[in-house]
Order: sequence, then C-alpha cells, then structure tokens
Amino acid sequence: MVGKDRGGILRVGLACPQGAGDFRRGFGGCMTELARTGLFDLHVELGAKMVPFAGYEMPVQYPMGVLKEHLHCRAQAGLFDVSHMGQVILRPKAGMDALVAGLEAMMPVAVAGLPEGRQRYGLFTTDSGGIIDDLMFANRGDHWFVVVNAGCKVGDIAHMRACLSDVAEVEEQTDRALIALQGPAAETAISGMIPAVMAMRFMDVITAHSVFGELWISRSGYTGEDGFEISVPNAGAVGLVKALLAHPAVAPIGLGARDSLRLEAGLCLYGHDMDTTVTPVEAGLTWAIQKARREGARAGGFPGAEVILPQLADGPARLRVGLRPDGRAPMREGVELFAAAEGGTAVGRVTSGGFGPSVEAPIAMGYVPSALSAAGTQLWGEVRGKRLPVTVATLPFRVSTYKR
Amino acid sequence: MMKYTEDHEWLRVEGDLVVVGITEHAATQLGDVVFVELPEIETMVATGDEVVVIESVKAASDILAPIDGEIVAVNDALSDKPGMVNDDPTGEAWFFKLKVDDLSVLDDFMTEDEYNDLIG
Repeated sequence: MVGKDRGGILRVGLACPQGAGDFRRGFGGCMTELARTGLFDLHVELGAKMVPFAGYEMPVQYPMGVLKEHLHCRAQAGLFDVSHMGQVILRPKAGMDALVAGLEAMMPVAVAGLPEGRQRYGLFTTDSGGIIDDLMFANRGDHWFVVVNAGCKVGDIAHMRACLSDVAEVEEQTDRALIALQGPAAETAISGMIPAVMAMRFMDVITAHSVFGELWISRSGYTGEDGFEISVPNAGAVGLVKALLAHPAVAPIGLGARDSLRLEAGLCLYGHDMDTTVTPVEAGLTWAIQKARREGARAGGFPGAEVILPQLADGPARLRVGLRPDGRAPMREGVELFAAAEGGTAVGRVTSGGFGPSVEAPIAMGYVPSALSAAGTQLWGEVRGKRLPVTVATLPFRVSTYKR
Repeated sequence: MMKYTEDHEWLRVEGDLVVVGITEHAATQLGDVVFVELPEIETMVATGDEVVVIESVKAASDILAPIDGEIVAVNDALSDKPGMVNDDPTGEAWFFKLKVDDLSVLDDFMTEDEYNDLIG
C-alpha cells in the first residue's frame, strides 16, 4: 500500500487534499477558507491539481507532471501564476527622499541610487537581525513597486504601514494578477506582443501597454532562468495567459516544479530556508547587502544592524549550504545532519530538499556550522533512522542563465 | 487475475508466489517517482510492515506488506529506473514477490471492479 504517507504532498485516496507538504507549513489547510486568483478557472480548465498554499487554492501541477514541467521550463518556457504574492505600491507622502530613507531604515539594502526602471532584491529584518521576508522592489519613477511573498503579505503590508506611515501611502494592488514567464524561450514568447522586452536586462522594469491593459514587466523570476514577471490587471489576466500559452514553447507550470526549479537555482524559500531566526549573513545573502550599508554615511541604521554588521565582519557561526546526497535517496526538509557516521549530536538540519530533475540527482540546502561549510565537506544525513553520506556543495546546483 | 488492496496495491498470483505492485491510480497520485528502496530478500514480513519506500518528486511514501509472507524476490531494476513506476505500474514495475502459506488469503481482497468503484 501506498498508505503511510510521510507527510508529503499527497496521500493516496485521501478525500481532503493535503496540499503541498513543502509549501504547507503555517499556511492554509482543509478547514480554512481559501482564496482564489483570477486564473483559478483557467487552471482547472488546464487540468491542474489544486492545493492549499499560503491561503490560496493554487495549481501544484498540471497533467504534464512536476518532472516534465520542470524540464520544460529549463528547455523552453514555463508560465506560472504567482498572483497570490503581494503587489504593493509605495507613493511618497513627503517627498521621494523621505520614502527612500524610510525603506533603507527597514532593510540592510541600498535603496538610494537604484535608477528608475531598475529592480533590486530586498530583505525586511527584525531587531535581532532575523529575516521577516524577502522581496523585490522597483523604482518606477514617481513610486516604488514592491512584490512580497504570499505567506507573509499581510504582515509585510502592516509592517510597511507602521514603518512608513509618515512617508508613504502603502497601496496593496488587489486588482492585479502576477504572471511569471521563465525559461530560454520566454523572451521569444512575449516579444511578439511586447517588443520592448528584447531590450531589457536582468532586473530591468518597464511599463507596457497591451490589449490586456497596462503591464508592469520586470526581467526577473525565481527559477534561475532568464524570464519575466508580469503584473496585469485582473480583467486582462486570463487573456494574457491564454495568449502566452498559445505560443508552442510555453506550458503552464505548477508550484511543485517551481519549488524544484528554485532549489536547483539555490534560491531560498521563505519559511523554510529563511525566517526570523536566521540572519541574511547566515542565509548566504550577503550579496544583497550593498557596500553603502556596510560602511560610510549610510552604514547600519536598519533593524538588526548590531547583529548583521559584526557577522559580515567576522563571519557567522553557521551558514546555509548546498548539499548533495551521495546516494539516490532524497534528503528532505527536517533531515538532521551529523559530522560523523555514528554518534554525536546533530550539527545542522536540511531546510529544503528533494530531487533536482535537471541535476538528475537528489539535492538539498541546509544550515551547518561555518567550520563544516566548505564545499566537499563530508556530512551524514539521517533518513529513516539511517545515516547516509552527503557532501557540502557550492550553490547554485545549476548555473543560472539571467540576461545580464 | 489481479486483486487489489484498499491501499492501492495490486496482487497477482504467479505460481505459488504473490507479486505486489501499486496501481495506476496510486502512481498518478504519487507523481514522478525518483527513488525506490527495496527490502532484502528472504525477509519475513507481517501484514502492515513497511516494506518499500517510494520517493516521488513530491514526497516519500511507504508500501506496506498486504499479507504475511517471505520476500523471495525484489525488482532491482527499480533502483536504477524508479520512473518505471509511472511508466508501467502494473507490469514492469512490480516491487516484490511474496511466498505465502495459503494463497486463499487473496480471496479477501477486491476485484478490479470493486477497486474501480473505490477510486471511482
């Protein structure tokens, strides 16, 4: 029997869909009233299996299946509904400089100096240096456009309203869908409709007018592939998605493959690889902390600076690393890591893990003491009571193909 | 003739052995299988024992022994090609063969029609 499920996505024969194990923590369940995106009917029409995720009913996979969807996105182009994510406009109340300063007081990230038409990766931090959420923010001239994680958006918006009350109107965009188009054929698939995308580089943002309404397009994503994220008015979302799916290279991709794609790309999933108990330095996100926030006039002045800046200088006690199990058995979230084949206490834990379809092997990420974080370090992961060898690996598992 | 368990296994008599696999329905629900851990042969198992671990792209699941018996053969090909479970769940992708005392225990399991009603 396939009866005893180990707490994963599916339980064969179970009446109540348990949703995505890897996506489920702290979010919606069967008893919860679930929201739907404007593309819900289209997902169902396309044969998607819908599961609860972050309070929404979202497609975890389509008939193609997780493995083939993953490979299709890497080979051609995948279309993702990410409308459950939070889209927020910040409009200055007291001048743009005050808004920029307000954002810099929330994040260890440089906001000043980001040119109009450019997007950057950001992190809201706690007073102890933990990560409240990761996000994208874009300079769109007279306002800033922020995209935050679905599971965190209610808290993030309240946090922004509290921190930016004097300097910004915080406007959640509830009348817009968000679509990601990712993969080597993404540009070709959309350039017929929006030729301007061809001139965009990674992290550029533009406004484009289309028959589906005003599109806010960024050249970014969360798969390690070149591609775009497209904010579209709800009224035009189904039309836009159908037009993109009409391109032979484009297939709809569910959350299952989205997870394995981002894992291969070495990207963190909030609530798993990072949360309020880890700092950006421990999470290996020091690249997101620009020099201007480390030294000089704008150094510090963000929540948790007293923890984060010393960690940058001296190195953290633990670090997020890539992990390659030596055998074929996947090491999933929660697997404890040991420094020896026998004895001793756990030195770390897997925070994301599974099978990498493009890597054609099991892959994982987790936290280990810095002394054990060098690539090539031999560790052991305890799977079903047995310690299996696993080797620390450099991230990403697969080189990303952003158009710089 | 195949018999079926409520846990979505199929059982097929082959001489004096019972061959065990999972149904098409189960394979579809599990998704793409990426890892299969098989038991040692000559292991005595009791009904409900965890015998096989299947990992799909989504999650790990166990196959439990549907009846008491001795594992006398396992399908080693699955270790190298776990995707066979999705490609041919009721044929090539059998998991193990059990030697049982009395084949009449199979009478208690569902027929194909009964199983199809269950998953209806």
